[in-house]
Amino acid sequence: MDENDPTDAEVQCDCAPTVQLTGAQAVIAQLEAEGVEVIFGYPGAQAIKLYDALHDSKKIRHILTRHEQGAVHVADGYARSSGRVGVVLVTSGPGATNTVTGIATAYMDSIPLVVITGQVPTTAIGTDAFQESDITTITLPITKHSYLIKDIAELILSLHEAFYIASSGRPGPVLIDIPSNVAAEMIHYVPITGKPSISSYRPTYKGNARQIREAAALIGKAKRPVLYVGGGVVASGATSELAQLAQLMQIPVATTLMAKGAFDPQDVLALGQPGMHGRHHVNHALAHSDLLIAVGTRFSDRVTGNARAFAPDTKVIHIDIDPAEIGKNHVAHVPIVGDARGILAGIIANLQQSQAMPRTQVWLQEIAAIAAAERSAQGGNREVADEGAIQPYELLSALNTLLIQTGRDVIVTTDVGQHQMWASQYLDIAEPRHFISSGGLGTMGFGLPAALGAQIANPGSLVICVSGDGSIQMNSQEMATCAVNSLPIKVVLLNNNSLGMVRQWQQLFCDRRYACTLLEDNPDFVKLAEAYSWKGYRITRSTEIGRALEWLISQSMPALLDVRIATEELVLPMVVPGEALGRVIDWGDV
Amino acid sequence: MQHTISILVDNKPGVLTRVTGLVARRGFNIESLAVDTTEDPRLSRVTLVMEADEVSIEQINKQLHKLINVHKIIDLTGADAIERELALFKVVAAPDKRNEIVEVASLFRANIVDVSQNALVVEATGTHDKLQALEDLLRPYGIKEIVRTGKIALSRGAKE
Ligand SMILES: Cc1cc2nc3c(=O)[nH]c(=O)nc-3n(C[C@H](O)[C@H](O)[C@H](O)COP(=O)(O)OP(=O)(O)OC[C@H]3O[C@@H](n4cnc5c(N)ncnc54)[C@H](O)[C@@H]3O)c2cc1C
Ligand SMILES: Cc1ncc(C[n+]2csc(CCOP(=O)(O)OP(=O)(O)O)c2C)c(N)n1
Repeated sequence: MDENDPTDAEVQCDCAPTVQLTGAQAVIAQLEAEGVEVIFGYPGAQAIKLYDALHDSKKIRHILTRHEQGAVHVADGYARSSGRVGVVLVTSGPGATNTVTGIATAYMDSIPLVVITGQVPTTAIGTDAFQESDITTITLPITKHSYLIKDIAELILSLHEAFYIASSGRPGPVLIDIPSNVAAEMIHYVPITGKPSISSYRPTYKGNARQIREAAALIGKAKRPVLYVGGGVVASGATSELAQLAQLMQIPVATTLMAKGAFDPQDVLALGQPGMHGRHHVNHALAHSDLLIAVGTRFSDRVTGNARAFAPDTKVIHIDIDPAEIGKNHVAHVPIVGDARGILAGIIANLQQSQAMPRTQVWLQEIAAIAAAERSAQGGNREVADEGAIQPYELLSALNTLLIQTGRDVIVTTDVGQHQMWASQYLDIAEPRHFISSGGLGTMGFGLPAALGAQIANPGSLVICVSGDGSIQMNSQEMATCAVNSLPIKVVLLNNNSLGMVRQWQQLFCDRRYACTLLEDNPDFVKLAEAYSWKGYRITRSTEIGRALEWLISQSMPALLDVRIATEELVLPMVVPGEALGRVIDWGDV
Repeated sequence: MQHTISILVDNKPGVLTRVTGLVARRGFNIESLAVDTTEDPRLSRVTLVMEADEVSIEQINKQLHKLINVHKIIDLTGADAIERELALFKVVAAPDKRNEIVEVASLFRANIVDVSQNALVVEATGTHDKLQALEDLLRPYGIKEIVRTGKIALSRGAKE
């Protein structure tokens, strides 16, 4: 995203002679004009005109998923891994309602999508017509904006606005509902390009200069500062400015789950993930800092723990493009609304001008000492009942080493649960948009379709989905989409025969009463993979790890590795839910 | 404390749902609501009254601002503003009490808009407190029904 937002030209209509098209044809022509190259979707009666028009497009490819939820997650993975807008096309009624979880997932993580839904004809709206659902109302709380097109005169401008709204300011999903009669009507189509003028929507990009100076002055004086950075740094493309600021003032950097990859994990200033499953030194740094420089992050409860007890004595600089995030969950002493990249550049320029010197040496030593004393890094170095069993940290550390060795561009997606947190803890990701995970909604079933989308956007990359035996079954139908489209994604399935993360809470907080969390009669995942023309393989002993992982990443086809791990593995450390960051459960406590 | 917020929105279908849905979703109770078109037919004005502390009201204003159909939000709380509500009271009025009721109404510059055998309908406009006072005075006669509009409000002077 360009911080100066230079495309200040108002909407332009190409002066090419207009053509008579159906609404549906005009939609496809405008999608081409928006630069769309691929659409993810699923047809049905009320979308049939749109599909018919798409059939003639030479520029846009369609990927038929096996479920509309899958289609939205695929578009989401495409968007997260490429920075472009993901586009979805589905039919009315059940097709539209099936997109809800996908849209909510994208909304919570601020991902730009345009979701086009077919609708019953305008004359039938409100009559409980066959396959009618009021999808714009259903999705009100989970879309950045939505349109129901009752008049074909509004169709093309609305579609153009949808792309602009989805991708500008704080990104998010936009839904556009098109009744089938509107898709069938004729229209003089003129492509619309340029920045739409929406007088009630003018996101702020440029940070206030005085606030930037004030922030720089605080940073120049701080002895215990921490850069607490989030998904906004990725959305903004501000990673090099982040690195520059950290280096200049020797400030340690905590990256939320959504910012994984925004800062080089090998850098001595890299702290890793803060919050519920953050390591001690990271949470110590946050809680005991004298200055938090929060950049593109929203003080989520998974990070702050008990918000009232979170860093009460710390001064906070909060940089966010959404004014509503500032002061929402935590007080900001120096609020700066705008695009992270330009604001960080401004802060750096101020610091350079004032020749500020880092004063953090003692602080960095303090944090390093805590890090060195930690046990969690090696899965707790604990004793295990079954010597040769595969431990999650061991598997993921081996995968990490292998991925670095391959020298290939590697994108990792995850599902939701323990495996997600292990992936976050043990995999080193050094580039933004290379770790893709459902953070805000925590949607099981996200990982596989998201990997599909990432592979489509990055055909040359090695795309790996780390999943669990619960999550994989929530969208496993998309294995077919992978196979049909020859997308060679790799699934590492951490199979603990349980809904591990919930089981962990039951183990720690419900006296080991495993109510409804044991998945005893799982299918044979290797056979499931093979049924979809994937390759499949299973390992149960730690001695098999090396060879199996090599096998996995060398497959030219989609492949799944079923890794059997003990049911009672834990993700540690863990901040007790709802408590302050200092209330931690670790290996010594269980 | 009670806040009166005036919101200029696109005059389009569904916009009111967006506004009220957002307020409800963020955990607030709307105490009064009034909507109508403005001097510009493309815009409507929504006047909302709700109970909230300063921090929450700031957050709800920011969230409302994010709605693409919202053009402008003016918090008229404590500002120099004219506030009005309209109320209709159907009062039991035996023939021997009629004159008394008419007198009470005229003290409040209220009008009698319907007269029947045993009832009067009193129409009054004013601030919430004024209408409350009128209601208190009418109550002893027996109030059969009350309808009250939501509050509308406008800042004084030339500024918008
Ligand atoms: C099982 C589970 C456990 C979890 N545990 C943890 C945990 O231990 N630690 C953790 O960190 N997370 C954890 N999460 C994720 C957590 O729920 C949140 O999703 C995450 O912490 C939010 O990250 P963020 O603050 O970076 O915000 P995001 O959701 O990424 O928000 C981005 C922010 O940046 C702003 N922004 C967008 N664009 C720009 C721009 N151009 N310039 C400036 N600002 C911009 C947005 O307005 C928004 O405020 C967990 C999730 C699950 C499912
Ligand atoms: C759609 C959905 N339903 C329920 C949950 C609640 N939940 C969070 S983690 C989890 C267990 C996930 O199990 P699995 O995918 O096997 O991963 P594991 O934790 O065992 O690694 C559940 C049920 C969720 N996050 N998403």
